[in-house]
Amino acid sequence: MALKIVKGSIDRMFDKNLQDLVRGIRNHKEDEAKYISTCIDEIKQELKQDNIAVKANAVCKLTYLQMLGYDVSWAAFNIVEVMSSSKFTYKRIGYLAASQCFHESTDVIMLTTNQIRKDLSSPNQYDTGVALTGLSCFVTPDLARDLANDIMTLMSHTKPYIRKKAVLIMYKVFLKYPESLRPAFPRLKEKLEDPDPGVQSAAVNVICELARRNPKNYLSLAPLFFKLMTSSTNNWVLIKIIKLFGALTPLEPRLGKKLIEPLTNLIHSTSAMSLLYECVNTVIAGQYWFSVGSKELCVQKLRILIEDSDQNLKYLGLLAMSKILKTHPKSVQSHKDLILQCLDDKDESIRLRALDLLYGMVSKKNLMEIVKKLMLHVDKAEGTTYRDELLTKIIDICSQSNYQYITNFEWYISILVELTRLEGTRHGHLIASQMLDVAIRVKAIRVFAVAQMATLLDNAHLLTGNMQRNGICEVLYAAAWICGEFSEHLENPMQTLEAMLRPKVATLPGHIQAVYVQNAAKLFATILKSQEGNTDSTAAQDTSQLMIDRLPLFVQSANLEVQERASCILQLVKYIQKLQQKDVEVAEEVNALFAGELNPVAPKAQKKVPVPEGLDLDAWINEPPSESESEDEQPKAIFAKEEPKHSRPRHTEVDEKELARRREARKQEQANNPFYIKASPSSQKVYQDAPGVEHIPVVQIDLSVPLKVPGLPMSDQYVKLEEERRQKERAEKKKKEKKKRKEKRSGRGKKHDSGPESEEDITPAHQVDIVTEEMPENALPSDDDDKDPNDPHKALDIDLDKPLADSEKLPVRSHRAAEAAKSPAEDGETENATSLEPKKKSSKEKREKKKDKDRDRKVMVKCWIHHWDCAFFVFIFFCLHFLTGNDKFSNIFFLHLLFWVCDDKKSSKHKKKKQKKEKEEKEKKKKKKHHHHHHHSDGGGEESVQNGTVEEEEPLPVSLSHRLINPQVVYDIQGNLQDGSQVVVSVIFENKCDSFLKSMEFNVLDSLNSKLQRPEGSGPHDGLTVPFQLPPERISQEPHHFVKCCCASFPQNEDSSTHEKLDFKLHFTCTSYLITTPCYSDAFAKLLESGDLKGSSVRLEGVNMPFHHLLARICFHHHFSIVERIDSCASMYSRSIQGHHVCLLVKTSGQTVSIDAKCDEPTLLGNVLDEIKQTFSQC
Amino acid sequence: MIKAILIFNNHGKPRLIRFYQYFAEDMQQQIIRETFHLVSKRDDNVCNFLEGGSLIGGSDYKLIYRHYATLYFVFCVDSSESELGILDLIQVCCYFFKMLCRKKQMVFVETLDKCFENVCELDLIFHMDRVHYILQEVVMGGMVLETNMNEIVAQVEVQNRMEKSEGGLSAAPARAVSAVKNMNLPEIPRNINIGDINIKVPSLSPF
Repeated sequence: MALKIVKGSIDRMFDKNLQDLVRGIRNHKEDEAKYISTCIDEIKQELKQDNIAVKANAVCKLTYLQMLGYDVSWAAFNIVEVMSSSKFTYKRIGYLAASQCFHESTDVIMLTTNQIRKDLSSPNQYDTGVALTGLSCFVTPDLARDLANDIMTLMSHTKPYIRKKAVLIMYKVFLKYPESLRPAFPRLKEKLEDPDPGVQSAAVNVICELARRNPKNYLSLAPLFFKLMTSSTNNWVLIKIIKLFGALTPLEPRLGKKLIEPLTNLIHSTSAMSLLYECVNTVIAGQYWFSVGSKELCVQKLRILIEDSDQNLKYLGLLAMSKILKTHPKSVQSHKDLILQCLDDKDESIRLRALDLLYGMVSKKNLMEIVKKLMLHVDKAEGTTYRDELLTKIIDICSQSNYQYITNFEWYISILVELTRLEGTRHGHLIASQMLDVAIRVKAIRVFAVAQMATLLDNAHLLTGNMQRNGICEVLYAAAWICGEFSEHLENPMQTLEAMLRPKVATLPGHIQAVYVQNAAKLFATILKSQEGNTDSTAAQDTSQLMIDRLPLFVQSANLEVQERASCILQLVKYIQKLQQKDVEVAEEVNALFAGELNPVAPKAQKKVPVPEGLDLDAWINEPPSESESEDEQPKAIFAKEEPKHSRPRHTEVDEKELARRREARKQEQANNPFYIKASPSSQKVYQDAPGVEHIPVVQIDLSVPLKVPGLPMSDQYVKLEEERRQKERAEKKKKEKKKRKEKRSGRGKKHDSGPESEEDITPAHQVDIVTEEMPENALPSDDDDKDPNDPHKALDIDLDKPLADSEKLPVRSHRAAEAAKSPAEDGETENATSLEPKKKSSKEKREKKKDKDRDRKVMVKCWIHHWDCAFFVFIFFCLHFLTGNDKFSNIFFLHLLFWVCDDKKSSKHKKKKQKKEKEEKEKKKKKKHHHHHHHSDGGGEESVQNGTVEEEEPLPVSLSHRLINPQVVYDIQGNLQDGSQVVVSVIFENKCDSFLKSMEFNVLDSLNSKLQRPEGSGPHDGLTVPFQLPPERISQEPHHFVKCCCASFPQNEDSSTHEKLDFKLHFTCTSYLITTPCYSDAFAKLLESGDLKGSSVRLEGVNMPFHHLLARICFHHHFSIVERIDSCASMYSRSIQGHHVCLLVKTSGQTVSIDAKCDEPTLLGNVLDEIKQTFSQC
Repeated sequence: MIKAILIFNNHGKPRLIRFYQYFAEDMQQQIIRETFHLVSKRDDNVCNFLEGGSLIGGSDYKLIYRHYATLYFVFCVDSSESELGILDLIQVCCYFFKMLCRKKQMVFVETLDKCFENVCELDLIFHMDRVHYILQEVVMGGMVLETNMNEIVAQVEVQNRMEKSEGGLSAAPARAVSAVKNMNLPEIPRNINIGDINIKVPSLSPF
């Protein structure tokens, strides 16, 4: 034994400290993980020791390991222990560890409330400081609520060090507990004028943070801040205030006028770039109200920043520029040179910023030029990310606000085609969607687009090289579709068809192949049409033959979609060929397959379709079919009926007149639809004249444009051509103006009254008709939402100017207030009268909890908090040593008692358990041994099992554990008659697994209020080893107790035995401190007459149970005895373990029960009544 | 608000992490990796601001960092913080880390520039706890607590003195032993009988 002690102390000497750990990790570079796991084992051993220094050291090391990514939440309880050390050194370590690894769902946090409160009120300011710092990192809504008042008191602490921390932490408290904002705000406002600059700065900080989210509530503080701004010299404070004003000025225009002078002064005078920058930023933010001069000043200052050699300033300058751009694009556009220059910067952040700026700087005039520059950069760019960024930016710039700035779509298409030459870009789909979009929506461009796409398809072999891994082949998807859909514009459809049916196509991704096949069919239809006009019928048959030859390749495709389409089309073509051989004209019918116009539909269209009045989608259309009906008949009937409707050829039966009529009707409909942007009249006419074949509207294409230069970049030529065209136009217009001719309509973009340099002067090269996306009729225009309902700052949108109401007070620590709120825990504890019921309930609860884990957690938290007001926490550390004598496999004991196991721990447990569980199942021992560890005091006469104070709290049950063991714990709390300061807690553990439970240990971490009664000679942290008997636990009396036992699990195997550490909590209700004491009526009467007792009463409505049941319930649950009963009236008596008398007079009439109570301790009385009330509120 | 402060070396090894918003450990490591990835590929002569960390924050947040010798100091902040201010703050922090970790009272005459240039990784690596304590005096719960250097120095020193008077983190013998361990002996025999050294060795101050 002595040897053991010596060994222990030497071992301790060799305990690693943090430096040793770090050094060790550095020396074990190869097997770091292994080394750390041995370290963790050591730490676990150290944590088991009583020496707080050793524990603190271990926790300190854990903090380091946490940084390396190890989960240390299993040590949460030890951290709490170290936090509660009285030494500053250890406390600091504890709080540091807590701030690093605690979070809202760490359940031991709840145990810290009192400790933190103690630290907050510590005479040592650094204890307080450490607690505040720690709390700022892990404050939960519950902690915020419970500690708000304490922190608010600290805001007026004598030491500025504490004041500033308290002020700062208030922001966190507000976030978690918004109700505290109004009561605390006046004091916070006071702190703005605190003599200490640190406190002042903290207050400014908090208010700025609050005001940033809900500025309008803080407008009234503007004069105060104005004063601060002109008086303060602290740049940090100034920056914060200026930022705050930036948020306030949009709400209060007058503020801007007042601010402009001090702001410009600051801009001129300050040497701090940070301050200058913020001033400029604020001027920009409020620029609608600021004078023009100041804006120029800002832009000028920003230019200086951008030209600075310091990259940081350059970046910030561009950032601020982009803000100006939103409102004053003109003033930024004059610095285009500077911004384009930034595109060449070596710093990517700066280039990206400059790109952002370009986005807003484009106009019809400079778009081509800017894009040309960007294209140059695309060529030069190294690194695909930046190049991809450029690519998306080009597309963004061009497509912004519905292609507003594009005057020449041929140019745009050629840009897109050029972009397809980028290798390794991930944005193939983006280019493809642009091509599709433009081709569909700009009717005038289709001829050109189709020609370009046909070239792309022809050159597809260029793309197929490494296409599987680069996304550029997506472009082919668009190309194939465009060529198919608008095949009537193809110059040489036959060539394109062959390109589309090349064997190499089979290497493309499936979805592209599918499009190829489908569009080959469309092309085929077009070709047939053109060929049937000719006298030579062999050409048409050759085309069919080509299809029949090539399609089988696709029929064999592994892709379902391709296969399906190919085989379908193949059969169709074969049939057509048959008809052709009989000299039947088929072109018309085949074309009808693909007739009809496609209009883009707005993405939100479906959502916006209003539900027609009277439509109930949930109502049955028919009576639901009875179960007995045979199932196979039903679908057949439907199918048979539906089939003709779906078949396409039917369309061919509709004659031309009918088609025209329908089209007319549709046009009418569209005309009435405000969301349908009508096509230009000219194109409509053309469309009407030639049904079936869509002719493009007449387009004025400069014939000088070389339409086909396959494989060559052409966009540059467009730029040049465009220039020429514009010049020509300008000249023409001048001529026109001179002659003052009558206006002639030429293009919708043309407006003759604008000045010569204005944007509108630039006529688009084509009469483009940009079809907007279709929206359903009666679409609801509301573009709702955008606001995140989960934003925590939303809750802080509170009017602060209203005077405080009486009810708005921070919760103050007191004995439990008579709240009517019921927590599930309490529901549980009073409802169940027998030991069987808890089981049922728990299973019910489990089911519920599975449904909604989150809610459940909340409920748990609530229930805890509900008790908090008068709760005195007792830490119970409960160790069970299961030493199984059972052969080679370890056995798992997983006692889900009535407790709370934190889910993190639990999940980690389960991970560890899984393997073991499998082993155990092999054993297949299903017999269950039940061990009742049953102990009850000499004081309580009843069997402990039946006591009502049973609660099950088991958040997040995991099915695994339930299959393994189904334990059940019942406990009873009884006052000890012999000793007024003792409560006897009896707990029953039921071992429901099939292994033998050898021994167990029980431990309670003593608190101020209660401690475990230990055998003499043992230390305060020693546990009790119990041979299947739990000794009584002694706890000093408090009106209401909540005992929480905490769990940490350290499964280990030693000689085929398993140690399990378990935790649970016990709930001590007030009435558990009452002792059923018989009392005679005369003594009772005397007691009442003595006048020492204070009275209170409660009325219970809607209790419908026989009166004697009601009395029995009170007796049973709350330990009362009946003194006298007369009809519907009874007097009852009980005594607390400290000798307080409690007398009840229970009367009933109908469903109303009134209870008048008297007691010499008012708090006890209130609590007893509450509990009685709750017992019956669940009936 | 500052959302996180990360200090890691040129290899991405974390030297100090401080999240002001909860992330699970694996997420924290992922954020460190991502941040390291973003920051490490940047030249030293580019700007110190970085957007686009997808894991932490979102569009409102940006990374502000400084690179000194072997260490990256990264602050993840939202738009309520002044970018240049935070850059200054990083300098201040570095200054303190260096000064207080080495336990050498630097003269304030020494310019800041000179000091922070050679913040040594070793200063941080063995004193993570100490660095945290310094940081706690500068930033609290994601908000800047104090920027006055004298004030910060004073508070940190008082607390260190308190710790000293309490006898430091571990009992004195452990330190004596750790000094032995520092001698780099290949293997210290565990079973030497040196008696209960706990009592004999006087309490040494940590510094």
